[in-house]
Amino acid sequence: MNATANGTIGRVRDLVDVRTGEISREIFVSEQIHRMELENLFPRAWLFVGHATQVPGPGDFFSSWMGSDPVLLTRDDQGELHVLLNSCRHRGMRVCRYDEGNTMQFTCPYHAWSYSIDGSLVSTPGDLFGVPQLNAAYSNKLRKENWGLVRCPKVRDYKGLVFASWDPEAPEFDDYVGDFHWWLDNLADAFDGTEAGTEVFRGVQKWRIKSNWKFVSENFLGDTYHGASTHASVEAVGIGPGGRGHRRHGERQNQGGFSKGRMKTSFRLGHGASDNLDYELEYPEFAEPRLDEYFTAAWQARAAKLRAQGRPLGGRGPATMFPNMSFSAGFPRSILVAHPLSATETEVWRWYLVDKTAPDFVRDWLRHYYMRYSGPGGMTEQDDMENWDYATQASRGVVARRYPYNYQQGLDEEVPSTLDRAVHSHHAIAGEVNARAFYRRWSEFVDNLSWPELNKLAESEDRATGSARA
Amino acid sequence: MAIDEGALQRVLLLAEVSEFLYREADLLDERRYEEWLDLLADDYQYAVPLRMNVTYDDVAAREDTRAGSEICWFDEDKGTAELRVAQLATGKHWAEEPVSRVTHLVANIRLESAELPEVDLSCRFVVYRNRVSDETDFLVGRRKDRLRKTGDGWRVVRRELLLDQSVLLAKNLSIFV
Repeated sequence: MNATANGTIGRVRDLVDVRTGEISREIFVSEQIHRMELENLFPRAWLFVGHATQVPGPGDFFSSWMGSDPVLLTRDDQGELHVLLNSCRHRGMRVCRYDEGNTMQFTCPYHAWSYSIDGSLVSTPGDLFGVPQLNAAYSNKLRKENWGLVRCPKVRDYKGLVFASWDPEAPEFDDYVGDFHWWLDNLADAFDGTEAGTEVFRGVQKWRIKSNWKFVSENFLGDTYHGASTHASVEAVGIGPGGRGHRRHGERQNQGGFSKGRMKTSFRLGHGASDNLDYELEYPEFAEPRLDEYFTAAWQARAAKLRAQGRPLGGRGPATMFPNMSFSAGFPRSILVAHPLSATETEVWRWYLVDKTAPDFVRDWLRHYYMRYSGPGGMTEQDDMENWDYATQASRGVVARRYPYNYQQGLDEEVPSTLDRAVHSHHAIAGEVNARAFYRRWSEFVDNLSWPELNKLAESEDRATGSARA
Repeated sequence: MAIDEGALQRVLLLAEVSEFLYREADLLDERRYEEWLDLLADDYQYAVPLRMNVTYDDVAAREDTRAGSEICWFDEDKGTAELRVAQLATGKHWAEEPVSRVTHLVANIRLESAELPEVDLSCRFVVYRNRVSDETDFLVGRRKDRLRKTGDGWRVVRRELLLDQSVLLAKNLSIFV
């Protein structure tokens, strides 16, 4: 179950026992395992890089991270998106230290190698263009086309959400995501159901925490169990759409509570959501009448549109796309990425979404709500970070590491799902099925199983048969 | 030498508003939050924009996000400040249980304009916070305040902080900065 006495890590899969619901603390604190994650997981998974509306025009760029590597999300003069490794091919200098901006070329300050993102100057955007003293220094033998910025081979703009994977062998995005795409759709579509009708507010909040990154992913993956204790203070105060005395997410008070009919959804592929597609939760009741009117109309428009397509109305999250992109598609509507820095340090980034067509009074209300809810100043998220940091700290001890965490809620009580390779929790609030599946998938990646092995393991949903209670 | 009456008035005004800001800092550091709220005008607006790494040419247009339309660390009114005080008082706001030890330093106070009853000030802030054992944060930057003189003393009407960090190195901002 735990690392051996001499401190070596064997199969990571042996640290994650989904049959007994016990997971070793080593996976949250061991630097050796963290190194394995950086090597075997992050360069192979599909990761969220940024939003297409952050780079609307030719030459626009946004600096991001994929696991241990800085990258640039760029748009070329043909409107195509690229993800480039932000490191000069000559001596590795980070060619761009700006968070965002507009340029058609990145010139390295060190020796001035320059890379063009204009497809008309070079054969592939990102290629090496300018090399000082090309003739004298390289006797004209430098093959510039071989020394462009390293390009991410797989990039996908999914309704404005931009994902990338470094692994040319990785499955296509649609296969990697599976039926979890319904949650991404709800994130990217407008409140009235208009496809890809969202943009991000300018300004990505970025901050450092002393937590293992997986605490963050797990929190949004389906841990609704923590709300009652962790967020007791914010519920007592009331910061949501209904104003003081109303719930923080704005659940309507006439719906028999927050969770009637709700089940969590867990995918064999590692993704997880705190709700299910059939769990229809109307938009909140707002204290302010014109907001109430606006969102009531948006809900009705969405319901009509989706019903006509035979599409269920639920699936607002919170949710986590394996491994480190978490989001909520409702109130608030926001994307979080937990960038791993070390076993016990994480840089958290938050983007906030809004309908492209939202009138100013809606934009303004949402923006204020997002900031008082989420991020370092957010009255809700502040208390989450206290847990993640001190859970990490108190799990580092030699004695602590001998004792696994308990993930036994709803063990062997998974409920079959009509979604592809998915099951549901037996209970609305309790149920740790999502976390068990997440860590199982995580261990399969970290043990560096090949894509054929990973795909084979994910071919069937073993939890939905036999032990499941329908 | 004749006393320049205008200069004297300015010195006295600067001393008066400085004293007010120091007293406000004391109330926060002594955790007398209800009394602190009383110093905020009803139309109080508080903003802490995000700071970005941009080129020299982009500084004016892009370095700071804009309060009023873009994402900030804070962009809020007195009502939200009251919610935060109420949250602290629940005893279940775990980010502040145990409570932080905080010291606010206000420095470089300068009168930018004085059209009584309102004055605009520029200053620097250093906020030191220590919590539990080794949780230690320094939040440092520039601040613009608009104060209003009322029959009941000075009130803070508007405050905008430019925090000198792009990636926030503190895990949260659960104290009043």
